[in-house]
Amino acid sequence: MPIETWLIFILSFMIIGSIVALEIKDILSAVIAVGVVGLGVSISFIFLQAPDLAIVQFLFEIFALIIMVRAFVKKDYHQEEPSKANKILIGITIITLLAILYFAASVLNLLPQFGEPLMNTAQYYLNNGAADTGAANLVTSIILDYRAYDTLGEITVLFTAILGALTVLRIKSKSHR
Amino acid sequence: MDNKSGMTIIVKTITRITVPTIILYGCYIIFHGHLTPGGGFAGGVIIALALLNVMIAFGRKFTNNWLNINFLEKLESISATLFLILGILGFLISSAFLFNFINHGELFRLLSAGTIPVLNIIIGIEVAMSLFLVVWVLAGLKLDKGEEL
Repeated sequence: MPIETWLIFILSFMIIGSIVALEIKDILSAVIAVGVVGLGVSISFIFLQAPDLAIVQFLFEIFALIIMVRAFVKKDYHQEEPSKANKILIGITIITLLAILYFAASVLNLLPQFGEPLMNTAQYYLNNGAADTGAANLVTSIILDYRAYDTLGEITVLFTAILGALTVLRIKSKSHR
Repeated sequence: MDNKSGMTIIVKTITRITVPTIILYGCYIIFHGHLTPGGGFAGGVIIALALLNVMIAFGRKFTNNWLNINFLEKLESISATLFLILGILGFLISSAFLFNFINHGELFRLLSAGTIPVLNIIIGIEVAMSLFLVVWVLAGLKLDKGEEL
């Protein structure tokens, strides 16, 4: 399937998620729906070939979810009951962790050798960076010429985060005066 | 200027001398981003820290009078928009989004590398304003004593 089809699918999924987040009564479900929208943005970044940006968006989304759950969900909303099957739970956890470790160790063999990257773009940048962009600093020529799209996304992430912080904190400090 | 707000007169005098130098250094880092290590992000953080230095030394009230906060907010939004406009210009003039459409010039010169210095300046303004504003807002926040986050 072409990338556009996947993007349209993810975008419609995100729109549905945001509508659910606005309309639903349960606050925890609304927070999780907002998280679905953010993860959709992250996946669409992967499809647009901006992996660094996808990582930033993913981490930021997790961070925002934690803060929102901590801030908006009341403490007595989900009371944790003292569990009776503690030993069984611990056993299941250990077995699961061991299984994950085993599979991770088997994946290690598939990795390329140290110092032999899968992609050869870095060598191209080293050879042609100065001639292509005219910048003496290779890092700048990558982040502002070859990968300028990623930088635009980083700026947008920063801008949106500060905008949200300004809006929320301003309302709060005004209401205290 | 009243001497009661902020820190002691020693700190204020030293701040008055050092802050212009720090801002000049941040501008240097931004303008030479395509020649030496650094660039928009690093230089922007330096300028933001210089402004925060003023805020810590002289107090928040003085900073409110000294700087036009509304203008800073507009500057932040304008710089983010300018980045996008430059990208669209690259798309219109040449083939690709954010294309380096200005003449590259000679290597190791200050005026070289096409759009890269322009983008560095835009990123510097954006990072400086946003990092300063978020601490400025947090400094003005007053939480009640018994209140949790």
